[in-house]
Amino acid sequence: MSKKGSFDLKVGLAEMLKGGVIMDVMNVDQAKIAEDAGAVAVMALERIPALIREEGGIARASDPQMIREIQDSVSIPVMAKVRIGHFAEAQILEAMEVDFIDESEVLTPADEHNHIWKHDFKVPFVCGCRNLGEALRRIGEGAAMIRTKGEAGSGNIVEAVRHMRQVKSDIKKLTTMDREEMMAAAKDMGAPFSLVEQVAKIGKLPVPNFAAGGVATPADASLMMQLGSETVFVGSGIFMSDDPGPRAKAIVDAVTYYKDPKKMVEISTDLQTAMKGIEISEIPENERLQERGW
Amino acid sequence: MIGVLALQGNFTKHIELLKRLGISSTEVRYPDQFNDIDGLVLPGGESSVISDLIVRNDLLEPIVEFSRVKPILATCAGIILMSKKTNDPRVIPLNIFDIEINRNAYGRQIHSFFDTIQVDLNGTTSSIVASFIRAPKIAKLGNDIEVLATHNGTPVAIRNDRHIGLTFHPELNNETIFHSFLFQMKKKVDTLSAN
Repeated sequence: MSKKGSFDLKVGLAEMLKGGVIMDVMNVDQAKIAEDAGAVAVMALERIPALIREEGGIARASDPQMIREIQDSVSIPVMAKVRIGHFAEAQILEAMEVDFIDESEVLTPADEHNHIWKHDFKVPFVCGCRNLGEALRRIGEGAAMIRTKGEAGSGNIVEAVRHMRQVKSDIKKLTTMDREEMMAAAKDMGAPFSLVEQVAKIGKLPVPNFAAGGVATPADASLMMQLGSETVFVGSGIFMSDDPGPRAKAIVDAVTYYKDPKKMVEISTDLQTAMKGIEISEIPENERLQERGW
Repeated sequence: MIGVLALQGNFTKHIELLKRLGISSTEVRYPDQFNDIDGLVLPGGESSVISDLIVRNDLLEPIVEFSRVKPILATCAGIILMSKKTNDPRVIPLNIFDIEINRNAYGRQIHSFFDTIQVDLNGTTSSIVASFIRAPKIAKLGNDIEVLATHNGTPVAIRNDRHIGLTFHPELNNETIFHSFLFQMKKKVDTLSAN
């Protein structure tokens, strides 16, 4: 008997996305530009994070019609976002057969205390994190892929770097611990003990670990890959730049040849202006998207 | 040395599996690396992306040349690339397997599945677990294709002399028979060229 919807199959798709670039798109034209440039998947959303930041208001899951049009226009996996804790939005996306759901801090949270119980779904979920405890709570709830939160829509890589380094250093500490210390670590991190034990043993997250939040240039992508990211999400960085197509292609090449500085010169040459970006200290704390969720 | 095409996809999993079998391997991203390897794995990933990166980085000719004398193991996206006809302009066929294939033929991720299949390889039958992730389906078999396994009547594992093509992912379930076969084929090619 064949089986569907298992956790391993969810992680299996995340595995296939490795070494690729997942791009935020707002319509069919952008989805096609992304696919032509070599995106490994597209994230369909009504407003990219930079626009959500500019325009304000409540950011919700996208209109099913818009997602359907994108599904019909590309052959690569189509992802979409739901508000933190909004399992009804997730049920709708599952019924539409999106390939991956992002329970995302970029949208306005629907529940301040609880995230979605993702094991109930057949569709895989990705969630953001700032440290290992947050990553393991999300995996405990059923996330099949983890990404850094970074600071979405900022065009500033500093927060994604902070979060990736934090996760790595938290993991490194676990690998040197005795079992007694692991229980204390689980308590301090607020993470399930079984996952803490597993991470201590394998020395990495049990699901793929991707970078997101602030990637704007091929060099940003290379930086995140060298810091241990297995794939890169680019949100506002492509369609807020002056040259979406060539820039998208350059970031795709950068994720493949990130270890080769000479090739990176070639890849980074002849691009137009990247998105302007914001200094993180200029974003009031209550407007920082990474503070959403726990 | 076995090369694993490392443009996009889950190439690291293949490298881990080969390592567990005691077979040394290397990530392949450049045309000149084909001189240093004796077997190649084309991993899963997004076939349109890998195809594009193959063309953009001048790897198409080197892979086809390589296949004329040395063995290739292709999984999922890999078998799509190796086919004669992909029925999708986004994937340029390498035309190594005389087959016609359709991408993502079981449906979206929610229809991905795993199942037990029987594989007949070199006179031995083994029962293995196969994971089909947004998998392709072989639509037509051409010349010189031996079917090693089927699922619900559809061929899912094929062989053409030294090459093997799979529409599923043995590496996700730590199934090693195909990787071992690739290594045996490599040794056979070594012996032939030594003579």
